[in-house]
Formats: sequence, C-alpha cells, structure tokens
Amino acid sequence: MTEAALRDPMRDPAAARPPAIELVGIDKSFGPVRANRDIHLRIEKGTIHGIVGENGAGKSTLMSILYGYYHADAGQILVDGKPIDIRSPDEAIAAGIGMVFQHFMLVDTFTVLENVMLGVEGGARLKGGAAKVRAELQRLERDFVLEVDPDARIEDLPVGLQQRVEILKALYRGAETLILDEPTGVLTPAEADHLFRILAQLRDQGRTVILITHKLREIMEATDNVSVMRRGEIVATMKTTETSPAALAEEMVGRRVLLRVEKAEAKPGAPILEVADLSLTDSRGVKRLDDVSFDIRAGEIVGVAGVAGNGQSELMEVLSGMRKADGGRLAIDGEPVDLTRPAAAASRRRLGLAHVPEDRHRAGLVTAFSEDENAILGYHDDAHYGRGLFLDRRAIRDHAVRHIEQYDIRPPDPRLKAANFSGGNQQKIVLAREMERGPKILIVGQPTRGVDIGAIEFIHARLVEMRDAGCAILLVSVELDEIRGLSDRILVMCGGRIVGERGPEASEAELGLLMTGISSTEAAQ
Amino acid sequence: MTKIRSRTRGTARLPAWLDYSLVPVLNVAAAFVISGLVVLLVGESPIEAVGYLVYGAFGYGEGIGFTLFYATNFMLTGLAVAVAFHAGLFNIGGEGQAYLGGLGCALAALMLDRYVPWWVTFPVALALSAGFGAVWALIPGWLSAKRGSHIVITTIMFNFIAASFMVWLLVEHLSPIGSMQPETRTFGPGGTLPKLDWLFAPLGIDIGTSPLNITFLVALAACLLVYLLIWRTRLGFEIRTLGHSPTAALYAGISPVRITVIAMMISGALAGLMALNPVLGDQQRLQIDFVGGAGFVGIAVALMGRAHPVGIVLASILFGALYQGGAELAFDMPAISRDMIVVIQGLVILFAGALEHMFRPGLTHGWSLISRPRETGEAGRPKEIAR
Amino acid sequence: MSFDALILVLDSTIRLSVPLILAALGGLFSERAGVFDIGLEGKMLIAAFAAAAVGAVYGSAWLGLGAGILASVALSLVHGYASISQRGSQIVSGVAINFLAAGLTAFLGYAWFSRGGQTPPLPPSGRFQTLTLPFADAVRDVPIFGPIYSTLLSGHNLLVYLGFLAVPLTAWIIYRTRFGLRLRAVGENPAAVDTAGISVAWLRYRAVIVCGIFCGLAGAYLSIAQSAGFVRDMTAGKGFIALAALIFAKWRPWPLLGACLLFGLLDAAAIRLQGVSVPGIGEVPVQFMQALPYILVVVLLAGFIGKAVPPRAGGVPYVKER
Repeated sequence: MTEAALRDPMRDPAAARPPAIELVGIDKSFGPVRANRDIHLRIEKGTIHGIVGENGAGKSTLMSILYGYYHADAGQILVDGKPIDIRSPDEAIAAGIGMVFQHFMLVDTFTVLENVMLGVEGGARLKGGAAKVRAELQRLERDFVLEVDPDARIEDLPVGLQQRVEILKALYRGAETLILDEPTGVLTPAEADHLFRILAQLRDQGRTVILITHKLREIMEATDNVSVMRRGEIVATMKTTETSPAALAEEMVGRRVLLRVEKAEAKPGAPILEVADLSLTDSRGVKRLDDVSFDIRAGEIVGVAGVAGNGQSELMEVLSGMRKADGGRLAIDGEPVDLTRPAAAASRRRLGLAHVPEDRHRAGLVTAFSEDENAILGYHDDAHYGRGLFLDRRAIRDHAVRHIEQYDIRPPDPRLKAANFSGGNQQKIVLAREMERGPKILIVGQPTRGVDIGAIEFIHARLVEMRDAGCAILLVSVELDEIRGLSDRILVMCGGRIVGERGPEASEAELGLLMTGISSTEAAQ
Repeated sequence: MTKIRSRTRGTARLPAWLDYSLVPVLNVAAAFVISGLVVLLVGESPIEAVGYLVYGAFGYGEGIGFTLFYATNFMLTGLAVAVAFHAGLFNIGGEGQAYLGGLGCALAALMLDRYVPWWVTFPVALALSAGFGAVWALIPGWLSAKRGSHIVITTIMFNFIAASFMVWLLVEHLSPIGSMQPETRTFGPGGTLPKLDWLFAPLGIDIGTSPLNITFLVALAACLLVYLLIWRTRLGFEIRTLGHSPTAALYAGISPVRITVIAMMISGALAGLMALNPVLGDQQRLQIDFVGGAGFVGIAVALMGRAHPVGIVLASILFGALYQGGAELAFDMPAISRDMIVVIQGLVILFAGALEHMFRPGLTHGWSLISRPRETGEAGRPKEIAR
Repeated sequence: MSFDALILVLDSTIRLSVPLILAALGGLFSERAGVFDIGLEGKMLIAAFAAAAVGAVYGSAWLGLGAGILASVALSLVHGYASISQRGSQIVSGVAINFLAAGLTAFLGYAWFSRGGQTPPLPPSGRFQTLTLPFADAVRDVPIFGPIYSTLLSGHNLLVYLGFLAVPLTAWIIYRTRFGLRLRAVGENPAAVDTAGISVAWLRYRAVIVCGIFCGLAGAYLSIAQSAGFVRDMTAGKGFIALAALIFAKWRPWPLLGACLLFGLLDAAAIRLQGVSVPGIGEVPVQFMQALPYILVVVLLAGFIGKAVPPRAGGVPYVKER
C-alpha cells in the first residue's frame, strides 16, 4: 500500500540524530511473571517501527511502560536522546508520546469534542477551552484527512471512527511519537489500509509511529523497521525490507513453524446442523444476525471468517443456547430446536452439541473453581456425577484425572484453581470437557487465542481428529490463517449476514474483500 | 497526589491455610483494636471492659444461654446473607424478611395456640415464617433477575416498606381490641417453643431464665443444610457458578433468572426463620421492631465467617457474646452502653468486608520472606505471561 | 384544602426536602464519579451529632456546622480509602459506615452527655436562626403573594437557602467546569481518565470529600437548624430517601431537586393527612405515605416508569487492566 519511495529519505543510517525513543534495559515483572526482560530498543525518528510477537510476548506491557501506564522495575527511557522518568501518562504526554490502546480509552456517553479535551481542557471552565479544541480539531482533520463530527456521541460511532478519535486525541496533545496497540483487530481490511495511509502520512511529516501487532502482513505492508518480541524479550530488530514473513514467524516462536495443518480430504456425511433464517436484534435495536442460513454435515469443518464484531459471537451464542434468537429455525441431527427459549444451553448439550466458547475466562471456565469442578461445568446434571440432588465428588475427581492424562493438562492437579493454569492448559481443560463425550456438533470460538504455539498444534490436530471421527464442527476465528488451514468450507460474515461461501483454497485477499461486504461479482466490476 | 500503582495482588499467593485463618483473624482484630480506642475515648478501660464482657457472655450458665440465644438469630440471618453471596447477590433485606417471617409464625401461633400443643404449631410456624420471608425476598430477586433492578437498593427499600407495613398491621389489625400496644396478644403454651435446659443440664450448664430454645437446633441444622446445599448439591454448584460468573452460568445452561430467584428465596426463608427465636421462643407475641437489627448483624456475620457455615457459627457466637456481654457490661460500666456493639458491628463489616484485602499484601510479603529459602527450587518453573 | 393550609404544607415541604436535597447532591458527586454511596444516612447522622455536640458545648452554630462537616468528611474518607485505595466493595463499605455512625453517635452521646443518647438542648447561638427576607412583614397581608412570600419564601434558616442554591451550583459544576467533565468521565470510564494523564484516585477522593461536605450540611441542618439538638437515630432513613431521590432523578441535578421536593411533599402530606379521610379513597394510612418513596423507587428501578441507568463504572473499583 505505502510507496517505498516515500520512506527512503527518512532512513539515512549515517544521520547522527538521536532516536525518537530509546529503551535501555527495561525490566518488568508482575509477581512471578517476568513480562519484560532487559529490553533494548532504538526507534528512529520519522519511521514506522513495528513490534511483532505472539500473544503474551510482552509487547503491550512494554508500550504501557513507555506511556507511563505501568512503571518499569528497572531500565531507562530516552526521548530525543534525553533520559526521562515517565511515571504516569501525563508525563508521557508531556514528552510527546501518545498511545492508542487496543481497547479504546473513550467515554462512550461523551461527544468526540469532550473526549478530545478530557485532560487538556485549557482552564477550569469548559467554555473557552471547547472553542479552542473545536478549531484545532478542524485543522487536524484537514491536515490528516481524519473527518469526524466533533459533536457526535462516541457510542453512536462505528469502531473505525472511534479509532480516529483516539488518534485525534493523541495528535491534539502534540504527540510526536504515536503508539498503536493492535489497531486493526476491529477493522475491516479496507479500514486497516486507510489507517496505514494515515500512519504513513504522519511519518512523512516527521512523526514517529510504533505499531504493535501480531499480524505479519501488517508488518510487511506498513513498517520501515521491525522488532520481534518473544517471551518478554526483544529477539531481533531489522529493516522490514530485509526480512520475510517466514523469517519473522520463526523469530516469533523460536523455531520453524508449520503454518499448514496436516489433514486428509474431508468425507462429509448427512447434515447435522441445519440453520435457517436466523435473526437477532440487540437491546439497542441493532441487527446482529440477519437471515443467517447454512448447514454443516457430519465430518466437516466449516469456518466462519469475518472482522470481529460482525455477528460471529452472536451466532455462536444463539446456536449454543446462551442467547435466544428473534426468529429462525434450527435443527440438530434432524431434531427441531426452539430458538426463542432463553438459557437453553443445557438442552442443546443433551442433543449432542458441544461448545468451546470464545471467552474461556468468563464463559468457558469459572476461574475460581478447581480444575475438576470446571471439568463438569455444563454437564453437572449428568447422572455419572452424582445421585439425585447431590454431586459425587469422587466420581468428579476421577473423571478430571482422566482428562488430565488424555489431554496432558499441566500441572496435573485436579484441585488446583483454573485461574492458576496457563492459557494453553485452560483451553485444554475446556476442550477435554467438550470433546470427550463425542458430540455430534462442536462449536469452537477462537480456539487458539492466547495459547502458546505447542498447544496450538495440539488443538488443531484434535479438531481434525474430531472431524475425521464424524463430528460436525463450526469454527469461528479472527485468524484468517487458522480458518484457511482448518476449514473444509468457509462462510464469510459481515454485518450479521453470511455474505459468501468459499473453499479452503480461497486467497486471503478474496476473503478479505468479502469480509468488507463486497461480493466477488461487485469486486470483479 | 494519590497515584494508582499497579498492584501485584493475586500473583504472589499466600498459602490457603494462612489465607483462611490469619487474614480474617487480623481483620477482626483490627476491628476490636479500634473499638478499644473508642472505649478509651470515653475514658474507660478497654481491658476491664473485655473482662466484664467475657464474664457476662460465658462466665455463668445463664449468660451462656443468652449468648447462644442471640447467636441463634445471627446464625440464621448470617446464613441468609451467605447463601445470597454465593449466588453473587447482596441481600441487605434480611431485616425486612425476618420481620415478615415474624408475621408468618405469629399467624401460625394465633391460629393454633389455643387448640394444639407446641409441636403441632411448630412445623406450621416454621413453614410460614420461612415462607413469608421467602416471598419478601422473592420480589426483589425476581425484579433483579427479570427487570434488572439493583438488588441492594431494592432490598433496602423493602426493609423500609416492610417496617411501614408491619407497623400498620400491628397498629390497625393485629393488636387486641382495646389495647394501645402495637403488638399481638400473648400466645398460649401451644405457641411457645420449649427451652433447651434439658440439653445443657447434662453438661453441667444451667441456662437459668435465658430464652435459649429449640430454634437454636433449627439454626444448627440450617448450617449443616446450607453447607450441603452449597458444596454438595447440583443446585449449589449452579448457585456458585452464577455467583462467580453469570456468563459461565449461561454457558453451562444455568438459568440466571431461576437461580437468582431460588437463591433469594432460600436466603429470605433463612432470614424469616430467625423470627421463630424471639417471637415463639422468647416473647410469645409479635412486637414492633422485634428483629432489632439482627438482619444487619447477619451481614457482619457472613462477611466475618467468609460465607461458610463453620465461620458463620463462630462469628454468630462472637456477636451473641457481644450482645449478651454488652448488656452485662452496660450494667457494670454505665459509660459503655450497648450501642458499642453497633460500633463493633460496623467496624467488623468494614475490616472483614470492605477492607478485606488490606493486610494481605503485607502478609504475602512477610510470607515470601519466610518461605523463600524453601521455594528456590521451583523458581525456574515456567509460568504463562498473562496479558 | 384551603389556600393557607396549602401554603403551610408547601412550607413544611421545603423544610423537609432540604436535608434530602443536600444529601442527594452529595451522593450525586460521589456516584457520578463512580463511587456508589449507600452511606449517606450514616454521614448525615454523624454530622448531626457532631454539629449538635459542638454547638451545645461551644454555643456556636458555625463551629457546630464545621464539626458536622468534618465528621462527615472523615467518614467519607473512610469510604474513599476502602473503595478507592483498597478497592473494597463500595456497598459493604457504605453499610459499615451506616452502622459505625449509628453506633458511635448513640454510644458517644450516651457516654458524654448522659441523656440517653441525646445532646443537651442548644442555646440560640448554637442554632441557625430563621432569616426574614426584606419586606416580609410588610407584604404579609397582600392576598396570594403575601403568604407565598412571607411564609413560603421567607422565614427559613440559612441552610435552607443554601440547599436550594446548591442545585444550580452543582449543575454548573457538573456540566460546565473541568472538574465536572472529569468527574463524569471517571464515573463512566476511569481508564480513559487514567490514560489522559489524570489521577483516577485523586479525582474520586475529591468527589467523596464533596459528598462528605454536603452530607455534613444535611446532618447539621437536622440537628442545629431544624431542631435544637440531637436525638438518637435522628436521620430516620432520610439518607436512604435521598439515595432514592438521586436514583429517581437518574443522577441529574435538576430532576434531583424535583424528586426531593416530591418526597418532601409526601412527608409533609403524610403528617397533614394523619387521620383525615380523603374523599373517594377513605383514610390513607400514614404508613403508606411513609413507604411511598420507597415503593416508587422499587417501581422505577424495575423499569416500569422509565429506566434508571447508573454511571457505567459505578460500584466497580478501578483496577488497571493487565
């Protein structure tokens, strides 16, 4: 997207200018967890510097330290060559550092104007400040093509515009260095491209941009330099032109990665999950699901691709019975299901539907419960776990021990609280519980989010095994690579609708286009 | 000025046995130290006061009887708060639910006391007091589950509504004709619960004229039943799941509406049962404001006992001792009125509830200093870097 | 009801609604900043006691008022420490404060003054006296306007006028000043405030201190302006009625004034209607009138008449995400 020619003048290594930001020996621990260790990093002025790494590699922590949101245990920060102590965000702002967080830091009930002026009101009374902010906003909007209505309420704006407000906030505060933490997670590919154009423009005006992401494509497209983080450390820093996605991936995980999942051709059987005309309107009157219809056959994996927030979560919640639908039909193995009943997850389970939810911390597990109690969550009414009203603790524990052995859950202690397991092992607890009963249908959301590489391979292999055993699998993931690697068919969702279906051979570009709601026939024109 | 520091709470851990013993003890100790300072403020000796208090509560049979009589109230209201806690609900309405429970058991006694012996009235009174309490808790529970009302505010409002309603009933309808007292007539033997002197006599304790009655046994049975309910039954599993994570409850196929309503009804029933103790066990009539704050003491008891029946029994006895010992104390040291108990109650709620974690970071730090040499071998153990 | 009777009812409405207005405004500052406060009752009570005790001992209404405010702010700081610094449950902390105040006022009053929990009667200098507005006596006999001016508007003490002035002042602070903007922001999304370089804790502490000042005024009004001394449990649920009014007003200053006047009117009417038979309805039990504010709040919270949406971050201690 960005023109390589535009960057060149800014990247003269001979220039003796001090770097915009230099981090020296930054260390940060959260209790026993060392989130950052001995970080050394130079970020040259007037560049877009990418920081790439897996979930949990310590990228966000590092940037939060730079922004003063956390305080480092050790190390030094230099801005323009001068060491400064950044103890809070206001000191970072004063030093010309701005940050756009992954979860926007906006007051939803406020207007754009109020959000921008919060903290820089320019006087005890709002009146004078507001006029100044409005004028300055108009100038910034002109300079950077960042149009947004200053009097619109944040909660009425789409996420793409909310992100612009965040950028405007930082620019209004005079940010010379702008940090963006995973900015594209909620954007369509087209919105993401627009964002990268804005960033390039900022760079060309001499500002510095730090882009945190775990998506290699974005690094390759948007950045000048890139640093790779792994397990709290910076393991490499290089020019983007001198590296490749494969090399970066290897640095990220520390070994060669198989990006493809080994699997045989699917042998689909009879339709097991039949969905027709599903619709859902949320409490604010927004249509979340709009006439969704599809089938899944026994022995196939159907992936749902889409930008986060386009109805995938609601689809899973409705199918699994966590939420009622406004209308539509659902049949499980030929058996019609009442979609208008609330809290129907238990009856879906009885029909042979299992569900690995997107949010394992809030839905899939009760983190304050022990491992063995979590192993029966949702199945606590089963006859094997007790008699009548009572639960049988021994049976529950024996059962959990079997899971632990089969799925290699560590540490192997059924009495340990779920909160004390790593992300990968927590996910295994959920998977073991949901897969082990041989369900007819498995609904899986973000199966590898926040999970280490070793566990990802294990989880993928298990999903394929389930498929080969005849299970119908619905896979929802924001990772296009995962969708393409595992699925036998791919449904694309946008704005609550299924906008297309493709085979696994579909290119990322084609799927990306579909995800914006543009059908292939339109795209062809 | 005040700067929020990132806390490391929850990462470094105290061993469970310390967490469950030392932390509550320290919290309660802090409450008593401050109470001691308040006693000093009015120029009296806290040490002397404690002496009178302990003697008054445990020094002789009748004192013990009174201590356990009060403890009975607090066990039931404490359990009521605890059951709601486990479902993630804060039921401040124990006071009103107990008040309505009093109406239930009074009606049973008024209907039956002239015709049948106490053991026929008893199960009816039990059912009606629990039932009335449950219904009074059901409404806020249902409004919270179905209509999204804030349960704390609604239960507080229901306390006031109950108070007005009961005054109206007692003044206008339940007081005997010609009586100016806003209370029912005195029940006969058919509406009087037996005392427990036979139970304590073999132990060499003479409970004398204290009103300790079989409601005490009801309370103990309730403790056992609540323990079984919460930790041993499928319903308890569902209640705890909802309490920890409403999303997980939905995921697990548990209806939040159903569990909220059930938990509130159990909670209200327990609070309602408390009325048996003063109404049928002691006064043999229904009086205005007979609950006397026991519903609120239940909050302190549940927090102090960490919503576990064993903790609740211990905390109830402590508060029972304060009530009984406090009465003795007010007699021996006139400057210290029984209102001191309310101060202590407030401080216990503050330290065991709102400031629950105050001592933990210090303790955790202290523990890590003591235990470090033994744990070095484990330091290299891989840990997930949480985001 | 005659015109004069109406004026009398409205006059007592004003007197009865002032403590509600002051306490509810205090609650507004605290809750708009995201700190729920069910301890308004306790703060009012301790302020009423401290004001009466100091007023009685030193014979100065102003010293009494200062003492009341100090006592109330002290409890506010306890609430702030528990719910802001220690991130404890705001509800539990509020409950604790109510008991602490109920116990301390009764206990200390009993021990210090030996009058069964009451403070000694205040000398005139220890009370806020009624103020007579200019020409109040002169226009008394003018029809309609006369009684309205000289009975309804004139003849109240300073704190009454202060209470009514505090409403526009609060509206101005909340909507038109930097402090107000930040206060509303921290109640909706404290992380946004934190990342904007503003201290969440200090902002919330200021909000609870303002709440303490208002509750102090409300409590002092009860014991050294409206009456001439403190009696046990003098607030008698007014703190909860104020909380109810705050919810009823959906945390906004002007509707809050309306709600407090309504509840004040209910109270005044309840006293007035005692034993009176209302045509068509019969005798309304006084208990029903007393319970009406509480019933109204229950109905409101259940969403049967509009929806009360509290500040989004209310009740939740601020913890930085990790």
